[in-house]
Amino acid sequence: MEQFLQILPQSLLDGLILGMVYAVVALGYTMVYGVLELINFAHSEIFMVGAFAGTETLLFLQSAGYLASMPAPVALLMALFIAMIISGSLGVFMERIAYRPLREAPRLVPLISAIGVSFFLQDAVRLIEGLWKNAFYLTAPSLFTATIAISANLRLPVKSLVVIVSAVVMMLALHLFVTRSKWGKAIRAVAQDRDTSALMSINVNQVIGLTFFLGAGLGGCAGTLFATQYSLINPYVGFILGIKAFTAAVLGGIGSIPGAMVGGILLGVLEAVGAASIGIATNGAMGAEYKDVFAFVILILVLILKPSGLLGEEVREKV
Amino acid sequence: MLRKSSRLIVFTLIMAFMATLLVGCGQTKTSSQGDVIKIASVSPLSGSQAAIGDDIKLGAQMAFDEKKTEIEKLGFKVEFAPQDDQADPKMGVTVAQKLIADKSFLAVVGHFNSGVAIPSSEIYNKDNLCMVSPGTTNPDVTDRKLPSVNRICARDDVQGPMGADFVMNDLGAKTVFVIHDKTTYGQGIAQEFQKRAEKIGLKVAGFEGITAGESDFSGVLNKVGSVKPDAVYFGGIYPEGSLLIRQMSEKGIKSKFMGPDGMDNAEVVNIAGDAAIGTFYSSPAADIARTQEGKDWVSRFQAKYNKEPGNWSAYGYDSMTVIIEGIKSAIEKNGGKQPSRVQVCEAIRATKDLQGITSVITLDAKGDNMGAKLYISEFKEAKYPATVVKEIAAKDFK
Repeated sequence: MEQFLQILPQSLLDGLILGMVYAVVALGYTMVYGVLELINFAHSEIFMVGAFAGTETLLFLQSAGYLASMPAPVALLMALFIAMIISGSLGVFMERIAYRPLREAPRLVPLISAIGVSFFLQDAVRLIEGLWKNAFYLTAPSLFTATIAISANLRLPVKSLVVIVSAVVMMLALHLFVTRSKWGKAIRAVAQDRDTSALMSINVNQVIGLTFFLGAGLGGCAGTLFATQYSLINPYVGFILGIKAFTAAVLGGIGSIPGAMVGGILLGVLEAVGAASIGIATNGAMGAEYKDVFAFVILILVLILKPSGLLGEEVREKV
Repeated sequence: MLRKSSRLIVFTLIMAFMATLLVGCGQTKTSSQGDVIKIASVSPLSGSQAAIGDDIKLGAQMAFDEKKTEIEKLGFKVEFAPQDDQADPKMGVTVAQKLIADKSFLAVVGHFNSGVAIPSSEIYNKDNLCMVSPGTTNPDVTDRKLPSVNRICARDDVQGPMGADFVMNDLGAKTVFVIHDKTTYGQGIAQEFQKRAEKIGLKVAGFEGITAGESDFSGVLNKVGSVKPDAVYFGGIYPEGSLLIRQMSEKGIKSKFMGPDGMDNAEVVNIAGDAAIGTFYSSPAADIARTQEGKDWVSRFQAKYNKEPGNWSAYGYDSMTVIIEGIKSAIEKNGGKQPSRVQVCEAIRATKDLQGITSVITLDAKGDNMGAKLYISEFKEAKYPATVVKEIAAKDFK
C-alpha cells in the first residue's frame, strides 16, 4: 500500500498525459459519429499521417539547420500547423472519395470503406517513407528536454507539459467554436437532423466537410504531439492508439464532445494507475500486462450501468 | 450474368490447372539431367526485413562463388537459386513446396525467421531436403529433432540464462526487474532469464509485461522507479526496448539495462539517443571485423558487392560453406555419383570442426552448432554497432 501511494502521483500524471492524447483523437471519432453516425475507422491513420507530417516538418527544420536557432515553441507550432493542414485536408478528401458516395448506403458499407481507407493509408505512408527515406520508423527530434522535478516521486518533463497545455487549448478552442460560432451552430444542426437543416439553407455537404476537417486536423495535431512526447512513430502506430481513443469516445458517450474529453482522460489515467498497481495489489501474480483488462472491465461496467456512456445523455447537443 | 461469370471462373480454373501441369512437366525435365546440383537460399528479400534477407543472400552467394569449383571439380554443374519468403510463414511453405518438387535441389540456406522456418522445415523434411539456417534462434527449430534441419547460430534459450549470469557476475547486480513484450520470443527469453536468476540467487524484483506496438510504458516504469532494482532486463524487440531506455532516463531511473538480440539494431541509438549509452544487449551475431580473418572477409565482401556486410551476412556465408562441404563429402561417399538428399542430410549433420567466419562449426545430434557463440555488447557511445564486451560459448548454457 505504501509503495502504491508512493507511485500514485506519478502514475496519475503519466495517465493524464496519455489521456490527453486519447482525448484529442477521440474528438475526431465522436464528431464524425455525431454528424454521420459513422465510425470512421480510418481516423487512427489520420492520426498517424499527422504524426508523420509533423515529424517530417521538424526533421526538415533540423536538416536545414533552423531547428537549433528557432525557439522550440515556434518549431512546434509550425509542425502542428502543417500536420493540421495535411491531416485536415486528407480528412476532407477521404470523406469526398470514400464516404460521400456511400452516404445513403446501409451503415455497414461505409464502415467497410473506412477500414479500406485505413489499410490504404498505412501502406501508402509505408511506401512513401520507404522510397524516400528507406526506413519507415521515424524518430522525432527532441524539442524540449528539460524536466521539472516537482517532488522526489513526481517528475514532469517539459515536453509532457507542452502536450497537456496544447491539448487543453485545442479542446477549449473546439468547444468554443462548436458552441459559440455560426459554423458551430450549423454543425450542431446537421448533427440533430440532416434533412431539416438542409431545408434551413445549411449547406450540409460543406458542414460535413468542415466536421471532417476539424476532427482530422485535431487528430493530426494529436499525432504530432504524440511524436514529440514518445519520439518513435511508424505507419502502424495509429492502430492501438486508435482503438483506445475509440474506446474513450464510447466511454464518454459517442457523439458528445465533452464526453470524448472526459473519456480520453479517464481511460489514460485508468491504464496508467492499473499498470502500476495491479502487480502490487495481486502481490506479483498479475503484472502490468493486465492494464488493458483493468481499463476495459471499467468500460464494460460503465456501459452496463449507463449504455449511452458517461456524458452520452446529459449533453443534448451531440456533435 | 451469373452463369456467364461462373463459366468464366471454371474456364480460368482449368487454364490454371493446365498451367501447373506444364510447369510440372518443365520441372521433371530439368531433374532428369542428373549432373546439375542446385542450392537455394531462402530469406526475406521483400517486406520489412528485406535488408537482413538481402545480407544473408549476398553472404551465401559469396561463399557459393568462392567454393563452387570444389564441386565442379568432381564433375557436376552447380547452380545457386535465391528465393524470397517475405518473412511470411505461408510464403515460406510455398517456396518449400516448390523446392522439394525440383529434385536437383540438394540443400537450402535458410530461413531467417523461426516462425517461417518451423512450418517450412516440415515440408523439407517430407522429402529430406536439408536446410541450414543462418539465423533462426527459437529452440523449437531443432528441438523437433528433424534430420534435415540444422542451424549455425546460437539458440534463444541460452540468451536468457546467459543474460542472468552476466547481469549478476559482470554487472554486479543483486536485484533485477524483468519486463517482456508478451510475445513468444520476448516472454520466452524473459522466463528463461527469470529461471536462471532464481537459481543463481539474483533477486527478481518484478516480472511484468508490456504491449508491443504501444508507446507509453510509464505504468510499468513507475513501478520500476519505486522498486529501484540494480538492473532491468527486457525480453523483446528494439522499438519498445529503445522507448523503455528513453523513458527510464526521462524518469531518472538509474538501473542498468540489458536486452536480447531483439535490441541488436541501429535504431536503438536513433530512438533512445544518448540514453542508450551504458546499455547492454546479447546477440548471436556480432561485428565480424573484430578479428583479422573477419577483417579480410569484410574487405572481400566489400570488393565483391561494393557495400558493407550486415551482421547476418557472415552467417549466410557460413551456412553455404557447411552445405558445400557437406555435398562434397556426400559425393565422395557415393563414389563420385550424384548423392541422394538423405545422403546430403547425413553428410551435413556430420559437419565437425569446420572453420567458418563466425565460429568453428560442429553440428550436434539435433543440428545445433556446438561452436556457436553469443556476444554481449555495450553501447559505449551513442553509435551502432556497440562494442563487444564479452564472448561466450553457447554450449556452456545448454
